[in-house]
Amino acid sequence: MKLTMASSPHNHNHKNVSKLMLTVAACCIPGIIVQCYFFGFGVIVQLLIALVTASLSEACMLKIRNRPIWPTLSDGSAWLTAVLLAISIPPLAPWWIIVIGTLFAIAMVKQLYGGLGFNLFNPAMAAYVLLLISFPVQMTSWTMPSELIAQPIGLIDTLSLIFLEANTAKQSLISAMVTVDGTTMATPLDTVKTAVSQNLTVTEAMSGKQFDELAGIGWAWVNIAYLVGGIFLLKAKVINWHIPLAMLGSLALCAAIGFIIAPGSQAGSVFHLLSGATMLGAFFIATDPVSASTTNHGRLIYGACIGLLVYLIRSFGGYPDAVAFAVLIMNMTVPLIDHYTQPRTYGHGATK
Amino acid sequence: MSQVKTLFKEGMWVNNPALVQLLGLCPLLAVTSTITNALGLGIATLLVLVGSNITVSLVRNWVPKDIRIPVFVMIIAAFVTIIQLLMNAYTFGLYQSLGIFIPLIVTNCAIIGRAEAFASKNNALLSAWDGVMMGLGFAIVLVVLGTMRELIGQGTLFDGADLLLGPWAANLRIEIFEFDSQFLVAILPPGAFLGMGLLIAAKNVIDAQIKAKSAPSTESEKAPRARVTSLT
Repeated sequence: MKLTMASSPHNHNHKNVSKLMLTVAACCIPGIIVQCYFFGFGVIVQLLIALVTASLSEACMLKIRNRPIWPTLSDGSAWLTAVLLAISIPPLAPWWIIVIGTLFAIAMVKQLYGGLGFNLFNPAMAAYVLLLISFPVQMTSWTMPSELIAQPIGLIDTLSLIFLEANTAKQSLISAMVTVDGTTMATPLDTVKTAVSQNLTVTEAMSGKQFDELAGIGWAWVNIAYLVGGIFLLKAKVINWHIPLAMLGSLALCAAIGFIIAPGSQAGSVFHLLSGATMLGAFFIATDPVSASTTNHGRLIYGACIGLLVYLIRSFGGYPDAVAFAVLIMNMTVPLIDHYTQPRTYGHGATK
Repeated sequence: MSQVKTLFKEGMWVNNPALVQLLGLCPLLAVTSTITNALGLGIATLLVLVGSNITVSLVRNWVPKDIRIPVFVMIIAAFVTIIQLLMNAYTFGLYQSLGIFIPLIVTNCAIIGRAEAFASKNNALLSAWDGVMMGLGFAIVLVVLGTMRELIGQGTLFDGADLLLGPWAANLRIEIFEFDSQFLVAILPPGAFLGMGLLIAAKNVIDAQIKAKSAPSTESEKAPRARVTSLT
């Protein structure tokens, strides 16, 4: 009989990578369902394309790097990246958008840096930024919330728009947008930004048909669904409360200060919290264990800076939403934050 | 003779200014969005480098050590001005599309680096050869990066070659793919950084393979053993 004694600590939390990744992906489900309800089946199609592309590119890269394929692939990190990217892009974007994005995320951002655990940047967000700056038109044409479309887009039309870039009536997405009963439109964040740049007030901008009292129709519910999923993640102890709380808190605070100073040109806290990718970013993206800060103090600083950057870029930057940019910028600062926020080792260096 | 060969190897591969020394990255990353721009700036840099290397080498024994850097910069600036005026006169379209990056050749560290490291210590002939090789090495990397970015970004090759080579070259334009929408990231600066990183990685891979081939390890790998007790 062989008695082995591993070094301490001896207790084990029964977590492994694939379980964590699957939990995170499962917690996206409420958000995905709400997205399906408001924006059509497109997101499911995008998810499938992204999962296939991610598996293939991860397998190819592992093969090239002489690494075991199935053990690494089945940890689920590539699939989670695919899920996060697929739910961030417009549901009716052409198929090659998601394919290019997933390829870039897995091959360049993750595997070229050495695979899971070595990537400096969040793969899904790096790919999102690549797509946003490369294909601004496709990446900003979101489907209209279903409540506003006279005729909801059917499954066949969805597939045909994604794969053939034209609906069954041979209209492209862009030409369908300019016709009266359009199927796509700017997101609420985009609408408010454009209106403010045309010297309208936020209240005037939000009197449009795609807004209800708080934020955009559909978008508010999508964000609430991701908030619910995020609370599940917290309950399951997959993520810590530090990053989401710091990020949402600092975003709300900045937006409130902006609203007090210039109520005409700045949207309030509630609008910022319930628009764009705020909740998805706070709970699912900024908390990525590899590219986020790893100390508790560091996480608070990291999250708060993301919130501040999201507010600044949304209000004064060139792009309507900012979660991806903010997360990438803060990814770069993580080594510095970690260096200055190392916790005191127990029994060492206490102040008397 | 052997030195000539060494200089050739150094400039083209072993000590390539763009891939190994990583000098002159600013123009390298900024102007390589098309082959034409890359080739134009590559040739301009090559000419300046050869001119400055010869001149620095000729005056090296009369320049006091303490003020050599300002003198080198003046010499380089003079050559850049000549090139700039020539390009303004003969390739005006390219002159406009390269813009500020022609005068900025003055600050290209690859040039002052060669003046300081090589030309100020060697005779004029060798310095000229060093300038040609270093300049060519730099220009080739520029063109390769320009090819990658133009191909991925717009799906063309030699777009706007008539700006550099005269009206006949307009026919050189090759359309390889046709995109409905350009792949903008390849044309924008991030694409230059990505492409540059891939080029450097490719060079390192090739170097590693050459090394592995030339020195096959005959001895079987011994298990590394750490000595825990000191010898004394």
